[in-house]
Amino acid sequence: MQVVQGEQRSREADQPSSPVVRFDATRALALDCGINLAPFQIAYQAYGRLNATRSNAILICHALTGDQHVANVHPVTGKPGWWEAVVGPGKIVDTDRYFVICPNVVGACMGTTGPSSTNPATGEPWGLDFPVITIRDMVRAQAMLIDHLGIDSLFSVIGGSMGGMQVLQWASSYPERVFSAMPVACATRHSAQNIAFHEVGRQAVMADPDWRGGRYFSDGTNPRRGLSVARMAAHITYMSDVALHRKFGRRLQDRAVPTFSFDADFEVESYLRHQGSSFVERFDANSYLYLTRAMDYFDLAADHGGVLAEAFRGTRTRFCVVSFTSDWLFPTSDSRSIVHALNAGGARVSFAEIDTDKGHDAFLLDVPEYWDITRGFLESAAAARGLPVK
Amino acid sequence: MATVSPTAAAAAGARAPEGFRVDHILVADMVERGARVLDVGCGDGDLLRLLELRGVDGRGIELSREGVNRCVAKGLAVIQGDADTDLGDYPADAFDYVILSQTLQATRQPRVVLEHMLRIGRHAIVSFPNFGHWKMRLQLLFRGQMPRTEHLPATWYDTANIHFCTIKDFVQLCDEAGAKMERAVALNPWGRPLRFHAPWWFWNLFGEQAVFLLSRRK
Repeated sequence: MQVVQGEQRSREADQPSSPVVRFDATRALALDCGINLAPFQIAYQAYGRLNATRSNAILICHALTGDQHVANVHPVTGKPGWWEAVVGPGKIVDTDRYFVICPNVVGACMGTTGPSSTNPATGEPWGLDFPVITIRDMVRAQAMLIDHLGIDSLFSVIGGSMGGMQVLQWASSYPERVFSAMPVACATRHSAQNIAFHEVGRQAVMADPDWRGGRYFSDGTNPRRGLSVARMAAHITYMSDVALHRKFGRRLQDRAVPTFSFDADFEVESYLRHQGSSFVERFDANSYLYLTRAMDYFDLAADHGGVLAEAFRGTRTRFCVVSFTSDWLFPTSDSRSIVHALNAGGARVSFAEIDTDKGHDAFLLDVPEYWDITRGFLESAAAARGLPVK
Repeated sequence: MATVSPTAAAAAGARAPEGFRVDHILVADMVERGARVLDVGCGDGDLLRLLELRGVDGRGIELSREGVNRCVAKGLAVIQGDADTDLGDYPADAFDYVILSQTLQATRQPRVVLEHMLRIGRHAIVSFPNFGHWKMRLQLLFRGQMPRTEHLPATWYDTANIHFCTIKDFVQLCDEAGAKMERAVALNPWGRPLRFHAPWWFWNLFGEQAVFLLSRRK
């Protein structure tokens, strides 16, 4: 698939290059906002083979700006899958042994129904007519996909950041369908600080005159600058101060002295601008609004009378919670409250705080200690599940 | 709290035929089948694994990430945490037994830790090296230096063991912390229990380590 020009809608929105399951009006998605979304579709990637007892399926939940292309070349950017180092034949998430599924979330822009998809009622992109969705809606849709694939119980549900929120929601909503769960670098609720950062991003998008109240596709524009600024601001929150300094310091970009202008004199400025501009090539601005909103609304305890432990009461799922020392977006204290709630509910939970300076982004990166615990957790869970061990 | 069991070496020479440490087997023998157990400072999870083999529902807390990793790889449910700071987060009566194996002397506040254990569990099991053992006493008496033994080889300035005690000291702590002693065993340097009906002074002199089964005093 070719790179699509910004002013056009990505063909991936309606006709993705990955498998799609279409749900007709008889199988509507009941959203938290009260609307029944129908028809709708879920685009997903699958790797490996489902075994005869249908007991080896792993669901990977992607993060805010991720998608279903975990372990294959991305159809828009041409880059390797976002977790290709971990997912594949003989790798930690071994596709020779497990059936790995990664769906694009509802509200996103890579083939699952979202604001850039065509609204069947109008023939136009949904835009802001798309209903506001929640993490629970995403998970509800994923459960419909899993049903469709004929899988009763998932061997494991894994995800980081917004993906981790989905993992927690899965374990809470469908405890009997989740044998093991690995929520990484996440929280059971979005903090005020995180909501604040998201609001900055959304305001940047909406302040771009090309946003046009969300109807930019119809108007032939695209709020590239706004979305780019949103991505730049967010990207800072994904890294630690130490990592930024190690990577860029105060070094100048391709020049010996400052230019006394507002050019990208510093390497870090150039890097952020690149992050922003490459992001808009593959992501829809309205999807960014909807998905950040879904994260803001996430509060698992509030759904259970304010008592987080109630969200996991009586669960038999095996949990492995992971946080990173330099992650200030979802700090270790967030993961510890997950662990305390699971403990109070008597759950079988392990927890490790990985020492790294890579910040929140560590959940996507090569951090050997993190990979070790992922491997150990999956291997032992496989043994407990009666799956063939390596 | 120490990163590894400070006296792991203590039992190195004392392994039962199945490969489990004799002191671990002794602790495991105190636990009823089917019980819910929290092992505080569980190290590499050897004791937890033994307990689970015996049908116990076990959980662990371990300070070192390496230890947590090894436990997780064994299929154990272990949380990275610190006995001194994290026990307060556990609700009362969450477990049937809370075990502190060879770790008490490495905590900053042994009394607080013991009180939490008695609150969280119906029973507490504590094992620790006895600083009142005759070898220790002789070293202090004749050499005038902090004792170092084959099993506790660290110097005073780099040891993780900051709160050594004797069996007699621990009995006194139990009294002050409101613990009722249900069973006590002193072990010789080979990890074998000392004579059952020996008086306290005998245990305090010849026990190299001790294991106590406690409960909350009504």
